[in-house]
Amino acid sequence: MAEPDSPEGLITANRLTKTFPSPRGLVTALDDITFSLKKGSITGLIGPDGAGKTTLMRLLAGLLLPDSGEIKIMGINPSKDPLSVQGSIGYMPQKFGLYEDLSVQENLDLYASLQGVPQDRREDLYVPLLAMTGLSPFQKRLAGQLSGGMKQKLGIACSLVHQPPILLLDEPTVGVDPVSRRELWEILKKLVSESGSTLFVSTSYLDEAERCNEILILYNGKILGNGTPEAFRMEVAGRGYRAEAPGQSLRVVEPKLSVLPGVVDTVLEGSTVRVVMDSDMPPSVPQGLGKILLHPAPPRFEDAFMSRIKKVTRENPKTISIDRLYPKHSQEQKNIPEKPENAIDVENLVRDFGTFRAVDNLTFHVRKGEVFGLLGANGAGKTTTFRMLAGLLEPSGGKLIVAGKDVRKAAAQARQNIGYMAQKFSLYSQLTVFQNLIFFSSAYGLSGSLQKEKIQNSLTFFELEPYRNVSSGILPLGFRQRLALSCALIHEPSILFLDEPTSGVDPNARREFWHIINALAIVGVSVLVTTHFMEEAEYCDRLVIMAQGTLLAMGNPEEIKEKTRTPQMPEPSLEDAFVSLLSDFSRTQGDHQ
Amino acid sequence: MNSSSSRAFFSARLNRIRALVYKESLQIVRDPSSLAIALVLPFVLLLIFGYGVSLDASHVPIAVVQDSRTPASEGFIASLRNSRWFSPKPYANIHDAIGALKRQDVEGILWLRENFGRGIESFHNAPIHVIVDGVDDNTARLVEGYLNNTWQTWLHLRAQRGRLSSPLPAELQVRIWFNPDNRSRDFLIPGLIAVIMTLIGALLTALVIAREWERGTMEALFVTPVSIGEILVGKFIPYFILGMSGMALSVLMSRFLFEVPLRGSVITLALTSSLFLTTALGMGLLISTAAKNQFVAGQIAIVFTFLPAFILSGFIFDIHSMPPFIQAITHIIPASYFVTILQSVFLAGDIPKVIIPNSVALALFAVFLFALILRVSRKRIE
Repeated sequence: MAEPDSPEGLITANRLTKTFPSPRGLVTALDDITFSLKKGSITGLIGPDGAGKTTLMRLLAGLLLPDSGEIKIMGINPSKDPLSVQGSIGYMPQKFGLYEDLSVQENLDLYASLQGVPQDRREDLYVPLLAMTGLSPFQKRLAGQLSGGMKQKLGIACSLVHQPPILLLDEPTVGVDPVSRRELWEILKKLVSESGSTLFVSTSYLDEAERCNEILILYNGKILGNGTPEAFRMEVAGRGYRAEAPGQSLRVVEPKLSVLPGVVDTVLEGSTVRVVMDSDMPPSVPQGLGKILLHPAPPRFEDAFMSRIKKVTRENPKTISIDRLYPKHSQEQKNIPEKPENAIDVENLVRDFGTFRAVDNLTFHVRKGEVFGLLGANGAGKTTTFRMLAGLLEPSGGKLIVAGKDVRKAAAQARQNIGYMAQKFSLYSQLTVFQNLIFFSSAYGLSGSLQKEKIQNSLTFFELEPYRNVSSGILPLGFRQRLALSCALIHEPSILFLDEPTSGVDPNARREFWHIINALAIVGVSVLVTTHFMEEAEYCDRLVIMAQGTLLAMGNPEEIKEKTRTPQMPEPSLEDAFVSLLSDFSRTQGDHQ
Repeated sequence: MNSSSSRAFFSARLNRIRALVYKESLQIVRDPSSLAIALVLPFVLLLIFGYGVSLDASHVPIAVVQDSRTPASEGFIASLRNSRWFSPKPYANIHDAIGALKRQDVEGILWLRENFGRGIESFHNAPIHVIVDGVDDNTARLVEGYLNNTWQTWLHLRAQRGRLSSPLPAELQVRIWFNPDNRSRDFLIPGLIAVIMTLIGALLTALVIAREWERGTMEALFVTPVSIGEILVGKFIPYFILGMSGMALSVLMSRFLFEVPLRGSVITLALTSSLFLTTALGMGLLISTAAKNQFVAGQIAIVFTFLPAFILSGFIFDIHSMPPFIQAITHIIPASYFVTILQSVFLAGDIPKVIIPNSVALALFAVFLFALILRVSRKRIE
C-alpha cells in the first residue's frame, strides 16, 4: 500500500494488541491490528464509540504501551523512544488540550516553545496558521471564551506549530456543529495539499468518511476494512434502493422491509426508506406490504459499513412489538378514533437572560405521534427551549402547552407526561440496571405489583435481563442507552424528549434505537429530538432549524432541502440545507462570531 | 554527545521549562481560585487565629453567690472584678447561679458559703466552692487555675496588709519563658504558617495538576518533546514562588499586625521555609501522580497533608500530651518538624540544637519524596 522504502511520514502497526483491566475482567480494546498509512493523505479512522479509536491514537502518540505488537512512526518505535516520535508528530486529544486561561497567542507560544520552534521563525509560521484557521482577529481572546468550533481550530493550530509531517487528531469534530465541521475539513484538506502532511483523523460520524482519502474501519477493536471511500462504495454499487410507499407510513413499512430476505440494512431517509441488499438481487417485496416503489440509489460509504458490520455481528432483525411496554397507548389507539390533537403547542415563546434574548418569539406545534426535530448549532437556543418545555425554566413570555397542560401554570402535571433521555444517559452508574429501574419508576410514583410488572416488561423488551444485576456504569454503551430509554419510558409518557440520543453510538444500535422510537410514534407517542446530527434529523417527520433563538425554517426534511435547492446545489442533503440556511442567516446578521 | 550538542540540548530544555513556568504564572494570575487559596485563605486564617481563636481566658463571665455578705467576701469579689481574667456577675442564690451555668451565661460559679467570713477572720483561710462547666475542658481548667491564682494572691495580700506573717511557708514564683505575656496568639501564629504552606504546596499543586488531566491539557503536553522532569520543574518553580509569597505575607502580618516577636533571623526563617515548602510541593506532586481528577486530589491532599498539619503538628495540640501511638505518628508528618522550627525561630531565636536536627528531618523527607516521584512518574496515560 505504501512505499516500504520511504519511511518518511509513514505509520505502520504490526499485530497490535492492547487490553485494559476492568471490574469485569480484561477488556480487549485493540485486537491484533495491522495496518500502514500512506504519506501525504488523510486517513479516517472510523468506528463507533468504544471501538478502540482513542486507544489506537494514544498508542501511536506513545502515551500507552501495547501489550504486544509493534508500531513504527517514520521508522521509530514510539513505545521505545517516545520523545523522538513526539517531536515529529502533532497530536490533538479529544478535549483539544488548550489552556482556557491563556489567550490564543499564548497557547500558540507555549506549544511553539515546547516544540523548540526558534523565536525568529515563529511569526512566519503563525501568520499562515492563524489565517488558515480564521483565528487572526482573535489572537488576544482567551481560549476559554472561544466557541467550540474555534477551540477546535486553535487545537489544530497548536498541534501544527512545529510543522509536523504527521498529524493525529482524535475525534476533532465531536460536539461541533455542521458549519464548523465543514470548515474544519476544509482546513485539513488544505493542509494536506499544501504541505504534504499525513493526517490520521478518528471520527464516529460515517458521513465524514467520504471526506478522507483512505479509510480504516475499526469495530470492537478489530479492523473491518481498509481502502479508499471509492472502493468501499463500489462494493455496494447496485445494491442500494430508495423505497417509496405512497399512502403508507414509512415508520410501519421500514421494519417490514428490514426483515425481508437478503436485506442488509434499512434506514429512513426523509420521505423514502433506504434499502441495502447483500447481493445484486433486488428485494422481493411480498404482496402484503402494499405498493412499494423501488428506485436505484447511488452507493454510499455507510451502506458498505453496515454490510461489513452485519457480516461480523450476524444478528437477525426482529419485529418490534411495544404492546407490553405501552399497554395503555395501544389500547387507546384501538378504541378511540385519532383526533388531530397537538402534543405540544409553543406560541411566541420568549426567554431573556438579562439583556440577552436566548429564545426569540418561537412558534411551533408538535402533533400527536409525530417525531419532531429541533436543530441548531451550539447556542441556538435548543437547550433553553427544551428546559422551558420541561417546566424547568420560566419563560419570559409566550404560550406553552404540553400534553394539554399549560406548563406555566401546572409544570408538575405536564412533566408527568414527559419522558426524558439526556445526551450522556444520566443514570446512576453505581446502581445496577434493576436498581435504576426501581428508582426511576418510584420517582414517577409506581409501586407494588404494577411496578414489578412494568420493570419486568422493560427488562424483557430491552433485552436487559442478562444485565439485571450489573452496575450501569460498566454496561456496554449500547445497553446503557437501552437502559436510559427504558427508564425514560417506565411511566408510559405520551411525550418523549431526546437530547442527541444516538450521537457516536454504534450504527447498529442506532438503528435498533430508532426502530423502537418509530414503534412508539406509531402508537401515538410524540417525540421531540434536539440535535445537530443530520443522521438523527433524517428520522424526523418535521423539524425546525434554529439560530440565535429564532426559527430559520420549519417543515419536513424534503421541504427543508427544497428551500436551499439552487442550480449550484441541485441535490442538497439535509446537512447542505442546514449549512446554507445558517450561513445565509449569519450573513444577514453581519457577523459570524 | 559532544559539548556543543549537549549545550543545545540544555538550552532547549531550559526554553521548555521557561515556557511552562510562564504559562503556569499566567494561569495563577488569571485564575481567581489559585490566588484565593494562595493569598486570601492565609489572610483569612491568620485573621481568625489572630483575633478570633484564643486559648487565653480573659473577662470570663463567672457567677458569684454570697450566702452572707461580709467585708471579707466583698473584698475578694472586688479583687476578682479588678482582674482582667474575670467579669463576676452576682446571683442571689446558688440555684439561680446553676441555672445561669446551664444556660451557658457563665463559665463557672464561685460560691462563698455562710461560714466564709468567720473562717477568714479566725483561721486566715476559708473554703471557697468553685463549680466550672467541664464541657469545654480547656476553659474549665483555665477558670479553675485563674480562680485559684486570684484566691491565693488575695489571701497573700490580705495577710500582708494585716501585717501577719504569710500562712504559706514557701511562695510559688512563676516565670514564663519565651512567651512572657503568655499570649496564645504568639504561639499559634508561627504554627499556622506551616499549615498555610502545606495548603499551597500540597493542596493547590495537586489540584492544578489534576485540572490539567481533567481538561486534557496534560495529554497534549505529553505529546510534545517535553520530559516528565521538565513538567515537574515547571510546576515546582511557580508554586514555590507562590508559597514563599504566602509565607512572606504571613510573616509580615504576624510581625506587624499581631505583633508576634520574631527573635530568630529572617535568613533562618527563609531557609527552613524553603526546605519545608519543597517537602510540601513534593507531597502535592506525588498526589497528582495518582489522582487524576480534582475531587480525588483535593480529598487526598486534605486527608494526608492538611489535616495532619493542622492536628498532629503540634500547632494547636501539644504533641507531648498525645498518647504514645499518636506521638509516633507525628514523626512522619513533616509539618511537625517545621512547627517546632517556626516556634523556635519566632519565640526563642535561632537555636542550632532545635533548628539543625529538624531541618535535617525535613531534608530527608524532601529527598525521599522526590526520589519516589521520579520513580513513579511516567509520561504515559495509564
